[in-house]
Amino acid sequence: MAEVKLTGIHKAFGDVRVIHGVDCEIADGEFVVILGPSGCGKSTLLRIVAGLEAATAGEVHIGGRCVNDVEPKDRNIAMVFQNYALYPHMNVYDNMSYGLRIRGLPTQDIEARVKKVAGILELDELLVRRPRELSGGQRQRVAMGRAIVREPQVFLFDEPLSNLDAKLRVQMRGELQALHRRLGTTSLFVTHDQVEAMTLAQRMIVMNAGRAEQIGAPLEVYARPATTFVAGFIGSPPMNLIPRDGKLLGIRPEHLEPCAASDAMLTIDVDLIEPLGADIIVYGHEGKPGGDGSSARIAARLPADAQAHAGKLPVRYAPANVHWYDPQSGKRINA
Amino acid sequence: MAAVPAALEKSGQPGGPALSAAGLRARTDWLPHVVIWAGILFTAFPLYLIFVASTLTPMEIAQAPMPLVPGSELVANYSQALFTGSTGRYLSPPVTQMLVNSLIMALVITFGKILVSVISAYAVVFFQFPLRMFFFWMIFITLMLPVEVRILPTYKVVSDLGMLNTYAGLTIPLIASATATLLFRQLFLTIPDELVEAAKIDGAGPMRFFRDVVLPLSRTNIAALFVILFIFGWNQYLWPLLMTTSQSMDTIVIGIKKMIGTGDALTDWHIVMATTMLAMLPPVVVVVLMQRAFVRGLVEPEK
Repeated sequence: MAEVKLTGIHKAFGDVRVIHGVDCEIADGEFVVILGPSGCGKSTLLRIVAGLEAATAGEVHIGGRCVNDVEPKDRNIAMVFQNYALYPHMNVYDNMSYGLRIRGLPTQDIEARVKKVAGILELDELLVRRPRELSGGQRQRVAMGRAIVREPQVFLFDEPLSNLDAKLRVQMRGELQALHRRLGTTSLFVTHDQVEAMTLAQRMIVMNAGRAEQIGAPLEVYARPATTFVAGFIGSPPMNLIPRDGKLLGIRPEHLEPCAASDAMLTIDVDLIEPLGADIIVYGHEGKPGGDGSSARIAARLPADAQAHAGKLPVRYAPANVHWYDPQSGKRINA
Repeated sequence: MAAVPAALEKSGQPGGPALSAAGLRARTDWLPHVVIWAGILFTAFPLYLIFVASTLTPMEIAQAPMPLVPGSELVANYSQALFTGSTGRYLSPPVTQMLVNSLIMALVITFGKILVSVISAYAVVFFQFPLRMFFFWMIFITLMLPVEVRILPTYKVVSDLGMLNTYAGLTIPLIASATATLLFRQLFLTIPDELVEAAKIDGAGPMRFFRDVVLPLSRTNIAALFVILFIFGWNQYLWPLLMTTSQSMDTIVIGIKKMIGTGDALTDWHIVMATTMLAMLPPVVVVVLMQRAFVRGLVEPEK
């Protein structure tokens, strides 16, 4: 097991610069999720750690050793790919043991390791099957098994759950968590799904356009987004950002509370209502006196028993829940 | 055949008798069968004639309507062809020797082509090297130059190298293959990048990846190519004709050509026909034995 340290990672493909200097440290045994929209450079960053891409500038350290010039196979990592990348002509046993066989481990050791991991992942019955005879979830498990048998210092996951259906994804999320508790291996997990990030991460790196916008524990990132990008990316619906006196006022939809018109700190001109069962989400423009309809769009999360209807909805909020941002830089202002 | 369009026309007329879908199907069902059987008979009849002729005496073949039922000379004709050869105007070597020559040529061409093309396609698809696309296009362009076009320069080269009348001279110029290289390139392009990367992380080097992943994934394609290329090699005519002068190097296709006399020379037609039957046998055996793999390779690449 090992810590991973990235310093000043830059990456350009020809003239196209995709990563503009990322620094971060991942502690030994930590589960870190890299979260960001597609095209933000998160997968490229993971591939740089794996050694499948070379960084244009910057250093990657794994276990205290600079691995910039080390081949992927010698970095002591294992990677799980989005499409699993199982060898189609090998059965599950051969898929899992291939890396070990190349490393020249004795056959009995290989068998013992594969059997053990197959037991953990409940793959015992499937060892003689080919990948195409497996379901999506089983292939996913085999891909993880292949990573685990190598007993690497670091696991790298490249959106491994995004090809699964919603129900299976939730189940695999749980299994991944349990697995990490059991093995305690340092893990880097790339995803664009904020729920995966919030539930799996001990810490997360929110990336946007090749930069790490914020690094922190999920709840901390949720509670205090460092930039308007993070505020607008995390949370569903995301934080409302309302222009006020040359600044941006940020307030989460769940922190808006319906009130009497006389107490209103904001009025929403509701035009869309989404009852979700557990609660109701209403959307509308900020209803200012003489508003021209171009004012900020606001979402509010109301309790399920609220009487939601189109039209004016006066709401209030606690000052403690307010965030302020600079509209130019997008950075957080208050302490 | 004309009945079907007429029926369709009739059903289109207002007030005409309606033609049900089932009726249409019943009327047209026999049509494909007739066409197929006509095709089969058309192809098979000459083959049957060859077989019949190979069992007759020369006198019987020379009769005005040649008999259409097999004669009595089957064993005699075939054993003469196999072990003695034609004894007419042209004294041919025994057919067994020509069969061996043909087999060597066809197999060397087949394995050579597969080996060269699978390796060159691997290089073009999986490696980054200077002028990669240049080399690819060079290979591609040779497709436009069939053997016949480059046959004189090739002959000059082979003769300068002293390879006339050798197996090397017979096979090497036919081994380079743009078609097979392209076929493997297209197959390799369907291998996902992630598989290459997974192998890299597993620690498989280029040779290992080739042996453990690329070759097994190409198995069915190799089988299909084997059939096609074996027949291609077996049926070579122009190149062996030019480049072999010694009888001991005659392939069976060339042997048949030489047995047929020109002008007023006598031809041992019964031996020629027996040799022809023998010449057709190995390709048929290859196709029959590899039929399943062949069809699978054409329709269902393993992915």
